[in-house]
Amino acid sequence: MQLQIQAHSIITPTSVQANGEFVLNNEEKHPFNLFGKELYRHLSIQYPKFFKMDELSQLAFLGTHLLTMHIENWDGDKVAIVLGNKSSSLSSDKRHYQSIADRSNYFPSPAVFVYTLPNIMLGEMCIRYKVTGENTCFIMEQLDVDFLHTYVQHLFEAEHYHYCITGFVDYSDSSYIAELYLVSSQKDTGAPLALDFDKNFNQIIF
Amino acid sequence: MEIYSVADNIVSPLGTNTEANYAACRGGISGIANIQNGDLYPEQFYGAAIGEDIKRALNISEDNGYTFLEQLFIHSVSDALSHVKDLDKNRTLLVISTTKGNIDLLSESYTGPMDTKRSELTVMGNTIARYFDLPNAPVIVSNACISGLSAIITAKRLIEVGQYDHAIVAGGDILSEFVVSGFQCLKAISDEPCRPYDARRKGISLGEACGTMILTRDVTLAKNKGQAVRILSGSQSNDANHISGPSRTGEGLKLAVKRALEQTDITASQISYISAHGTATLFNDEMEAIVFDTLGLSDTPLNSLKGYFGHTLGAAGVIESIITMKQMLERELVASQGFQETGTTKTLNIIQATKAVAACEYALKTTSGFGGCNAAVVYKSL
Repeated sequence: MQLQIQAHSIITPTSVQANGEFVLNNEEKHPFNLFGKELYRHLSIQYPKFFKMDELSQLAFLGTHLLTMHIENWDGDKVAIVLGNKSSSLSSDKRHYQSIADRSNYFPSPAVFVYTLPNIMLGEMCIRYKVTGENTCFIMEQLDVDFLHTYVQHLFEAEHYHYCITGFVDYSDSSYIAELYLVSSQKDTGAPLALDFDKNFNQIIF
Repeated sequence: MEIYSVADNIVSPLGTNTEANYAACRGGISGIANIQNGDLYPEQFYGAAIGEDIKRALNISEDNGYTFLEQLFIHSVSDALSHVKDLDKNRTLLVISTTKGNIDLLSESYTGPMDTKRSELTVMGNTIARYFDLPNAPVIVSNACISGLSAIITAKRLIEVGQYDHAIVAGGDILSEFVVSGFQCLKAISDEPCRPYDARRKGISLGEACGTMILTRDVTLAKNKGQAVRILSGSQSNDANHISGPSRTGEGLKLAVKRALEQTDITASQISYISAHGTATLFNDEMEAIVFDTLGLSDTPLNSLKGYFGHTLGAAGVIESIITMKQMLERELVASQGFQETGTTKTLNIIQATKAVAACEYALKTTSGFGGCNAAVVYKSL
């Protein structure tokens, strides 16, 4: 089955791109908690739940928004999400640990604890984009193109998906990235890109 | 291609191998007890903790270079491997399922010798792979409470595409202050041993365990013939509803079960047994009852194994699959520990006493988890 990459987005501490075009530069070198909100406003998104999410989910959410801007409607049970991540939910984990550090002053919070799993970012993506297909979070050192290609290709062949969002989303104290690809089995002349999905799918040169 | 599970191990508060764990389940023995341990929670609570006797039997040590969880993984994988002929390691994949891994190392109160780097799941996975001289990088799945079934489905797929011939699927999580305090603040922990599906259920009991399954395309790999069960199909879905609670109608779980069945040539009526998720929260059990009722499975014998092991998070899908397969092989279904009186709006056929059955050809295992994810796997007796 020949699959296509129909959209691409990447968010890093320096800039944001969608399908090879610059969306926003982080000229002021703001930390993510500012830059992420700047991007949210820049994209004119209206989704108040965004502000309740942890950084990892916010990253995944913003990257998915950029990736799916051309999609008006899709059949959510024909969409899968398969992501790589390295640092798990480290920033929320630390926040939860801070709340229980002092046993005489225990204040663990449900609003923090529910984000202490890396797959919660996939859950947030599913809620926002009505995705009801498979969603799997693999932990890996960096974007493992070979593994994700094998897994996603097989997933399309075995379960007849129309779309799969794949890539790598990671947030730690020192850095962050959301690098996402929209893979599709459907012809869509309105899609921003039409590139072969192969073992070098991350080597998109614009 | 047919994929089989040919050997396994469970290490839990109930024992250090599958046999001991199964004997405890069929004997109605639960690992859940009252825990008074300030390192886990300031107040007493109910949970299933691995006791000193099991730790001694496993030679658990604080200074052998491995964390407690890693030692559980190493024991579990070693024991499972001892029941199969030599594997070609180049053709073998290690799939690790965990939700929090070595999260205890990040606690401010941690004073042990391990580098906090080990809390990174990739570092833990590589440590286990290195112990067993496995040359391929491990695949690590972290999909909340469905991680175990996700790992089994992933391993099956990667064997099917021809990338590997065998897979060691190991799932584990430990009781830690991190998870106990978290589930306590969600008010999800029962103040008595959990009672899945029961009218008086009050929430979950957390547990700690590690389980390993050896998956292969070569059914002759098992030293002990007659231990193999086929992994027929598996599927995953999302509710797209809420990150920390199940959908009221269970659309996601319904979809996962339907898709798992669609990959087979059987219908729901041919399922002889369901090993359900059954966490004993009000919402989870009610959601499952609605789903199984809608799918025409309300008469199918069903249990939750959480009453024996507690909710073991990343281990749950693996150890509950192993007990599922054991029941199929023994032609026996074990009682759903803690259940007395129907407590869901749709009535299920909950197994109330351990009983022999004439056959158990097809069994369904399901899980649901935070993030709205669901998974279903169908097992077939040979």
